[in-house]
Amino acid sequence: MNAEVASVEERKQNLKGMGTARRRVEDARFVQGKGNYVDDIKLPGMLFGDFVRSPYAHARIKSVNKEAALAVPGVKAVLTADDLKPVNLAWMPTLAGDVQMVLADGKVLFQGQEVAFVIAEDRYAASDAAELVEVEYEELPVLVDPFKAMDPGAPVLREDLEGKTEGAHGPRRHHNHIFTWEVGDKDGTEKALAEADVLATELITYQRVHPCPLETAGCVASMDKVNGQLTLWGTFQAPHAVRTVASLISTIPEHKIRVISPDIGGGFGNKVGVYPGYICAVVASIVLGVPVKWIEDRIENLQSTAFARDYHMTGEISATRDGKITGLKCHVLADHGGFDACADPTKFPAGFFNICTGSYDIPVAHVSVDGVYTNKAPGGVAYRCSFRVTEASYFIERMVDVLARKLEMDPAELRMKNFIRKEQFPYTSALGWEYDSGDYHTAMEKALETVSYKALREEQKANREAFARGETRSLMGVGVGFFTEIVGAGPIKNCDILGLGMFDSCEIRVHPTGSAIARLGTISQGQGHATTFAQILASEIGIPADQITVEEGDTDTAPYGLGTYGSRSTPVAGAATAMAGRKIRAKAQMIAAYLLEVHDDDVEFEVDRFVVKGAPERFKTMAEVAFAAYNSVPPGMEPGLEAVSYYDPPNMTYPFGAYICVVDIDVDTGVTDIRRFYALDDCGTRINPMIIEGQVHGGLTEALAIAMGQEISYDEMGNVKGASLMDFFLPTAVETPVWETDFTVTPSPHHPIGAKGVGESPNVGGVSAFSNAVNDAFAHLGLTHTQMPHDHWRVWKTAERLGVTA
Amino acid sequence: MAKMHVKLNVNGAEVEGLAEPRTLLIHFLREQLSLTGPHIGCETSHCGACTVDLNGKSVKSCTVFVAQANGAKVTTIEGIANADGTLHALQEAFREHHGLQCGFCTPGMITRAYRLLQENPDPSETEIRYGISGNLCRCTGYQNIVKAIRAAADELNASREAAQ
Repeated sequence: MNAEVASVEERKQNLKGMGTARRRVEDARFVQGKGNYVDDIKLPGMLFGDFVRSPYAHARIKSVNKEAALAVPGVKAVLTADDLKPVNLAWMPTLAGDVQMVLADGKVLFQGQEVAFVIAEDRYAASDAAELVEVEYEELPVLVDPFKAMDPGAPVLREDLEGKTEGAHGPRRHHNHIFTWEVGDKDGTEKALAEADVLATELITYQRVHPCPLETAGCVASMDKVNGQLTLWGTFQAPHAVRTVASLISTIPEHKIRVISPDIGGGFGNKVGVYPGYICAVVASIVLGVPVKWIEDRIENLQSTAFARDYHMTGEISATRDGKITGLKCHVLADHGGFDACADPTKFPAGFFNICTGSYDIPVAHVSVDGVYTNKAPGGVAYRCSFRVTEASYFIERMVDVLARKLEMDPAELRMKNFIRKEQFPYTSALGWEYDSGDYHTAMEKALETVSYKALREEQKANREAFARGETRSLMGVGVGFFTEIVGAGPIKNCDILGLGMFDSCEIRVHPTGSAIARLGTISQGQGHATTFAQILASEIGIPADQITVEEGDTDTAPYGLGTYGSRSTPVAGAATAMAGRKIRAKAQMIAAYLLEVHDDDVEFEVDRFVVKGAPERFKTMAEVAFAAYNSVPPGMEPGLEAVSYYDPPNMTYPFGAYICVVDIDVDTGVTDIRRFYALDDCGTRINPMIIEGQVHGGLTEALAIAMGQEISYDEMGNVKGASLMDFFLPTAVETPVWETDFTVTPSPHHPIGAKGVGESPNVGGVSAFSNAVNDAFAHLGLTHTQMPHDHWRVWKTAERLGVTA
Repeated sequence: MAKMHVKLNVNGAEVEGLAEPRTLLIHFLREQLSLTGPHIGCETSHCGACTVDLNGKSVKSCTVFVAQANGAKVTTIEGIANADGTLHALQEAFREHHGLQCGFCTPGMITRAYRLLQENPDPSETEIRYGISGNLCRCTGYQNIVKAIRAAADELNASREAAQ
């Protein structure tokens, strides 16, 4: 087929632009085992680092003896805090304004904390030697329960902060207190609660979990002493931020540091922060003059590298007798572990938790969050969610269900009654966010209709009657969940990390023969950016996606950006891609008009070409214009066809969705069968439906894991219970149900292409749908709320407590 | 530690090397033979990212000593493609059905599916789910992996029938 005579529709298809279920360009290497992950990197003379970790949760370090370790053949060095002090790296700044020990300085604050770093010729020797480092500890009283953190006699955890009454986020009122963060109208909320017809109160705990990407964290540091150049490959979700931080804390000038994120085996928030392993590998490479690799193992990852959640949320929700919500109050006790290493924008120590009014038009609300130290691992990262949005969404979705029980009202009906209405957008919530767009009623109605909600409730009624008659030992639960996310951080005026505004970027170069390369400040960890960003660009500039290379992750080549987490890639870097594309198109239009000898305004863009208005036979294709950009541009115009955009979004985006889960619970075993899960997502404009569906499947499976089994728990000594895949629940294909996906499309009004981001929605919305379903199964027996995770044992315990087990 | 001499057939080629008796097969493959397709995800044989084919069985190479594989026939993801260099039906199907995202589990998952389809050339969806239950994926929710394996089974069965 001749491109010149192809129809508009054929030319559009040829582009594989937005809306196309384009196959992924990344996959060719992955299916052949040719991916390049950090542990695949092998450099001449490279050494391996391994940690000595604390067996105690709270102890003083009396001494460290390296001798036996240094005697192991192949061992090159053993680093302790004392070795890092001369270079001022025994401690490092966290993303949350706190400091964290790189290697234990005088004491340890959690089990698994890094005490010494052993560097050897291979990983076996490093591991042998790590076992031979003799550390003498003196045990100290352990603080595990966050509710006891601020007791008058609670152990002093952070001796480095003693006497400091002011933290990074305001006053500290106890030695284990990190911050108090408050939003909303306190008096107005108290008044609404006091005057309400109906008031529901509940403690909702979102347990400590872990993102557990299949690839653990790691890096390779290579210091070229001749040129003073440091190259650092690693599992970084924000390579540019890592470069800046590395420069600030190492005093190596930023232009002498090159950070590269190669292929990343999943991130889910786990690879946003800066970990002691990175610092130790860099120091070791500087000291020893050869490349040093550090790769943590799974147990180290689960024990020490960035947990998520651990929010204890006490809620009060009030309503009129007929179910109109009148007020919402929430106090959060946030367990941050031994150091405050949350990954949140600087001004938001509890992330965007104040999105907790959810999808409802709640007139008045108040939130306060107290962050405390305990003898647990640091973290508090956004595990497949925007900063603390999953906690907020879980909180409100459980509270609405609890209220529905109290009102004896159907939970779907209560939601419909209180949804923000379509005509209220842009909607300013009681806690200060401006929701960009939404059509919640349509989404919910579609969901209820698709699953035949009424019939499900009738079936449940029959099931309960049969259960009461002793004809079945199975109880049916229907979980209704609705969520509104807040993603795409974010406007620089609100959002920065360590002073770096959270914009993102795209730089495009169109080559003379009409193909192109686009480089972005984000980094894919499986999201398929190389596929989807090329699609955005194909639609914007008329070059087929197959002829556009998308490159990310190398700070020497990519424009500065803040990386990929919090579903920010499409809302921010995707917008930058469209904007840079429009700059290309604007210049191309002038070149095309010049070639066609007409005024700029007399040509218009049509799929892949510029056409003279009213004379469709007169046109220049983008490929022709690209070549002309290198030899015949209009007088006074610079040659070339390149553009860059640094995009500071005017607002966040607010994806939403309606999820319905049906479970059957065997009350005698606690085994919960997920009979059906329906997920309707509205992520605005859809770039690649295949990838969206894949993201939803994955996010729902992570939600299943969290709701039904994941927990990082500690015993009273501060020992981590079950930090291996033997105990930490990752669902297999057998436990994972078949997911039903659906969608509506409500574009974001402020995003250049109307897209909102989707990767995290299913995790945010999924957890509450599962939990609501389990709670719903027992609702007729008087249960209002039971804590996650809903593993078989806990579900059985609930049934036992309610007196229905055999 | 004293090293021992090992000799094995990997992806059709005879290879040999020196390794400590405790050297794990995955480390020998990745570090000595530079076959970095199989990955290390847990080191406790739960995740299956290191899955290789050892004498006609799927094994997790993070819990097999290379000494145990001495004299054995090993196939890794790098040896799955067809003899003519084209991709194996499973590799094609994983691409076609979006059966991977971050790609970290993919080599182990495909290598396991490669053996599964020889054990059971016409598996039901449930049989596929049980058949790959030793391989964890954090990205896809398995739905498209199951779809891809089923599609590859159809493709392989069709070409077998055509050849007969």
